[in-house]
Amino acid sequence: MTASKQLFLDNPLGQKTTLEDVLDAFEFLDDWEDRYAFIIDLGKQLPEFPDEARIEENYVHGCQSQVWVIHQHDEDSGKLFLLIDSDAMIVRGLAAIILVALNAKSPRELLATDIDELFEQLDLMRHISPTRGNGLRAMVGKIRDIAAAEAAA
Amino acid sequence: MSDLSMANNTSTKAFDVERIRRDFPILAQEVNGKPLVYLDNGASAQKPTAVLDAMDRYYREMHSNVHRGAHTLGDRATAAFEGAREAVRSFVNAPSTREIIWTRGTTEAINLVANGLAPRLKEGDEILVSHMEHHANIVPWQMVAERTGAKVVPVQVTPEGELDLDSFNSLLNERTRILAITHVSNVLGTVNPIAALIKQAKNQGVLTLIDGAQAVPHFKPDVQALDCDFYVFSSHKLFGPTGIGVLYGRAELLEQMPPYQGGGEMIERVSFERTTWNVLPYKFEAGTPAIAEAVGLAAAIRYLDSLDRKAMEAAENALLARANELVEAVPGMEIIGTAANKVPVMSFKIAGLHPSDIGTLLDQQGIAIRTGHHCAMPLMNFYGVPGTARASFAFYNTLEEVEQLFAGLQKIQRLFT
Repeated sequence: MTASKQLFLDNPLGQKTTLEDVLDAFEFLDDWEDRYAFIIDLGKQLPEFPDEARIEENYVHGCQSQVWVIHQHDEDSGKLFLLIDSDAMIVRGLAAIILVALNAKSPRELLATDIDELFEQLDLMRHISPTRGNGLRAMVGKIRDIAAAEAAA
Repeated sequence: MSDLSMANNTSTKAFDVERIRRDFPILAQEVNGKPLVYLDNGASAQKPTAVLDAMDRYYREMHSNVHRGAHTLGDRATAAFEGAREAVRSFVNAPSTREIIWTRGTTEAINLVANGLAPRLKEGDEILVSHMEHHANIVPWQMVAERTGAKVVPVQVTPEGELDLDSFNSLLNERTRILAITHVSNVLGTVNPIAALIKQAKNQGVLTLIDGAQAVPHFKPDVQALDCDFYVFSSHKLFGPTGIGVLYGRAELLEQMPPYQGGGEMIERVSFERTTWNVLPYKFEAGTPAIAEAVGLAAAIRYLDSLDRKAMEAAENALLARANELVEAVPGMEIIGTAANKVPVMSFKIAGLHPSDIGTLLDQQGIAIRTGHHCAMPLMNFYGVPGTARASFAFYNTLEEVEQLFAGLQKIQRLFT
């Protein structure tokens, strides 16, 4: 892990921007255009991703876009902090929703969170289904693997 | 931005596209609350009722195994199956049905030929392909090259997406044994001047395989006029069922090639001392074939034969012309592949947008396109893009659908600004 701790702590997603914020906002979005405009905007909250972390070890395979995930397990708080990067805007936005649900939680809390249920609730299930080649499922899989490894450590 | 709703002059009056669309029941549906606009025909084309009915009728009235000859159903199935082979022979104008081999698709056909020609290859031999090949016309040759010590050499492509003929001329040499090249590029839509290439290759004693997968949905090949050694294509892109494809091969070469797979049907006699092969085409058709699919493919060919080819091509050209006109309505949009001679396939990128964003947001509007590398990574590298968005049209698409695509792209751009 080469990224500075501050970068992880400063990630607003799952901290300043909460799951409630996203759920509340979604309630008022009627048509697909508003919903996707919101998703795209949310993606803009992803903190800048450190260049040196764009390495094979952090790469998520199975995506049409390029996706990277890195983490830092904060010993003091016991929380697992995550950063995600992608070159596709919709994937960035969906990654932001994933972070709002999973970032800055203990590995055990993270593993207990049902992302499918959230995506179902937001009517975004199609994006995370195994039939879609956008790699969202692979991204979630990688995050859960990280959490499982950290929980066991 | 130009006004997309502006009336346009249709040059397709002779071609009643609304009537044609009624032959394709899948098109009349809504996706995400919008009428489906299916522009992913290059990946797989939709099937007319004639195909669905032929397959249904085959299973209801004729199904049995073929070439067993002991009962009436077997005779009916065999007649339908061999009748389908004749329909394909006629479609590509092959001299004989002995030269029409059923495969699972284009990919298997190329693998069959690559394996069959492997015994002729040795260290230092060259297999000439091009930079615009689908992986299916690269990887089987690489595998054979690995085994034999031969080398796969790619002909360059120009920035416009045409085959670089200087590159072709300099790479076709005394070491070249095989020219394996696509008739039409799946990414660029470019129609390659294969007749001339085949002629040049022939003059040097080079064997030729033409990947016709993206050509046959748009025009009929004539393997005798082309004078190629092998011509391959898939049924599912030709409005027929999935799971079946065609290898046309010159009988003389097919006779010399070893079988591809062993099993039933492909043998004449089997004993533990000596097994002998069946005659063409059965030598290459081990196991029970895809009978209903062959019948379905023949129905697709007969359906296409019932249409006015000239009018169909004019209608397709009008779709591409309208798309080209509308490009300037989307700032930052760039077409990849602007060859003079191309089928209605439009690969593009839009500044600031990832192809997957484009695909996802068009799908929201009921518009189906393909995004990604299109199984042509060397070509993506050549253009320096991770992938493209690709709209590929068929004769059942309408000018209104082309306009909906561009209106959809404009809508997407507004979302990002």
